[in-house]
Amino acid sequence: MDKFETLTGIAAPMPLVNIDTDMIIPKQFLKTIKRSGLGANLFDEMRFDRQGNEIPDFVLNQDAYRSAEIIVAGDNFGCGSSREHAPWAIKDFGIRCVISTSFADIFYNNCFKNGILPIVLPEEAVDLLMKDAEKGANARMTIDLEAQTVTASDGETFSFDVDPFRKRCLIEGLDDIGLTMEKAASIDTFEAQASQARPWV
Amino acid sequence: MSPKTLYDKIWDAHVAHEAEDGTCLLYIDRHLVHEVTSPQAFEGLRMTNRKVRAPDKTIAVPDHNVPTTPGRNDPKNMTEDSAIQVAALDRNAKEFGIHYYPVSDVRQGIVHIVGPEQGWTLPGMTVVCGDSHTATHGAFGALAHGIGTSEVEHVLATQTLIQKKSKNMKVEITGKLAPGVTAKDITLSVIGKTGTAGGTGYVIEYCGEAIRDLSMEGRMTVCNMAIEGGARAGLIAPDEKTYEYCMGRPHAPKGAQWEAALAWWKTLYSDDDAHWDLVITIKGEDIAPVVTWGTSPEDVLPITANVPSADDFEGGKVGAAQRSLDYMGLTPGTPLTDIEIDTVFIGSCTNGRIEDLRAAAEILKGKKIKDGLRAMIVPGSGLVRAQAEEEGLADIFKEAGFEWRLAGCSMCLAMNPDQLAEGERCVSTSNRNFEGRQGYKGRTHLVSPGMAAAAALTGRLTDVREVM
Repeated sequence: MDKFETLTGIAAPMPLVNIDTDMIIPKQFLKTIKRSGLGANLFDEMRFDRQGNEIPDFVLNQDAYRSAEIIVAGDNFGCGSSREHAPWAIKDFGIRCVISTSFADIFYNNCFKNGILPIVLPEEAVDLLMKDAEKGANARMTIDLEAQTVTASDGETFSFDVDPFRKRCLIEGLDDIGLTMEKAASIDTFEAQASQARPWV
Repeated sequence: MSPKTLYDKIWDAHVAHEAEDGTCLLYIDRHLVHEVTSPQAFEGLRMTNRKVRAPDKTIAVPDHNVPTTPGRNDPKNMTEDSAIQVAALDRNAKEFGIHYYPVSDVRQGIVHIVGPEQGWTLPGMTVVCGDSHTATHGAFGALAHGIGTSEVEHVLATQTLIQKKSKNMKVEITGKLAPGVTAKDITLSVIGKTGTAGGTGYVIEYCGEAIRDLSMEGRMTVCNMAIEGGARAGLIAPDEKTYEYCMGRPHAPKGAQWEAALAWWKTLYSDDDAHWDLVITIKGEDIAPVVTWGTSPEDVLPITANVPSADDFEGGKVGAAQRSLDYMGLTPGTPLTDIEIDTVFIGSCTNGRIEDLRAAAEILKGKKIKDGLRAMIVPGSGLVRAQAEEEGLADIFKEAGFEWRLAGCSMCLAMNPDQLAEGERCVSTSNRNFEGRQGYKGRTHLVSPGMAAAAALTGRLTDVREVM
């Protein structure tokens, strides 16, 4: 997995609440058997008309935000489906960090498996960062995962919480499965005990 | 021993390893797999030379992509990309030696209907699937939730998930439901009250008389939409109805093992003095037949209400409500029952079980749907379909003017050819009314099967109590 340590980049403001996984990557793009190439269809129905032309109002179609690496979003970002195609599309587009007041559980988990950092901050902080993001390409935010801070373009800094295990996995780019396999003996022991206690499983 | 919730008990029985920071490896008893979220996971195993650790606990069925029209066993009758995904699942199931129900098997259907039907889902189990509606299996008192594809690969390789425990929420539905009010109205009403993020960080246990009174089918409907309320999982403690449902199913225990299982299942309830981080109580009598008006499952109103205005909301929801109203093509103040529809979809893992079809048939018996309406019923599995035919329900549907389809996810998410056209308005028994969910610019109103059948008769959103 790609490491995430620090990031300084343009943040795109998406104040809409409940941005769901169908908006992030509509189902017609789930028919792939690969993980790559989905960035072209990120936010497809908000971003393009049926002829494939860009919808000029959409934030990522505006010149200031074409190379955004951060999204500042309204509440409950990523609600809906478990499709990991959503973080795959986000990552493939070049976004490495999403900031919101809350995330849907499965989407939040999926981000960490793909080198994307989802940051939860209180409403006041998200509102300020949203305003900062609205300044466009001149407003570059800095995320420091080790220090657990977001620094706005004017230097104002916000601290965020992150689970220590997930933080380590992101900073070191660790492979979850490899880590778990190191604990195979514990799984073997559990499995043997469980098959005694609940043989019908 | 300190008192525990049902969730605490299932969790404790499945921790295979706990790190100092509380990160656990949770052992997974059943891993359900479908064709859309698994190809990359199997490919990951291949690339790293890993095997499926517990193929006997891994069950696969294609459901999302499959057409629901005759001739679908021939891949030529699928779109090319759908056929590739289904073929990939065929191949992966064979190569890794997991249980498999191909499209040609009468037991094929929506993974969350097949699991319980075949007795794979049992009380006290941990059940995961690369699909958010895995919450459905919580109806059995199983800890069940959706996972992403990386986690699918993790479970395939290790039979565990890296997890931190969620908080405990109790949702109590007291008293009796009024006539015409169903499990779907309960679950939508809860989301209407808590919002789609209200359950974030929690596992919900549904309890109370109105929940106890529900059949297993109804309980599955309630738990199915726990995810729409943001919860990791929904649970209902097992009871006699649960045991009765499970008994005799192909993969349920038999004989002495059944007795042993039953003895453990009977310990699976929340202790009286267990700690709850949040409790929500709703009176069953206060729940009306409901419908969604917007593009979030929290946009719930009684069918007797009017379309709201964006000004009725606060904060970020003002903009979202206006966007929903524009998308749905609705004018504030319009009675919901004046909204005319184009399509009716009855099916999905939320409402594609036999009881749902019986409820629809009850309303449709001897009647015809409104002229010009497109109406389809997609049974949740081949076995549900067969049973509905045996009970004469299929004839009622066909005589009423419904299309009687083969099993699959169908128009719930429109990954197969069953889709809404631009601007079409659909009354649907599924679980999500997101923008574009049932087709590009399609408009979805979520309802119970009875309400969907009622709308099919009149061609507009309809209070089921008027046609009962």
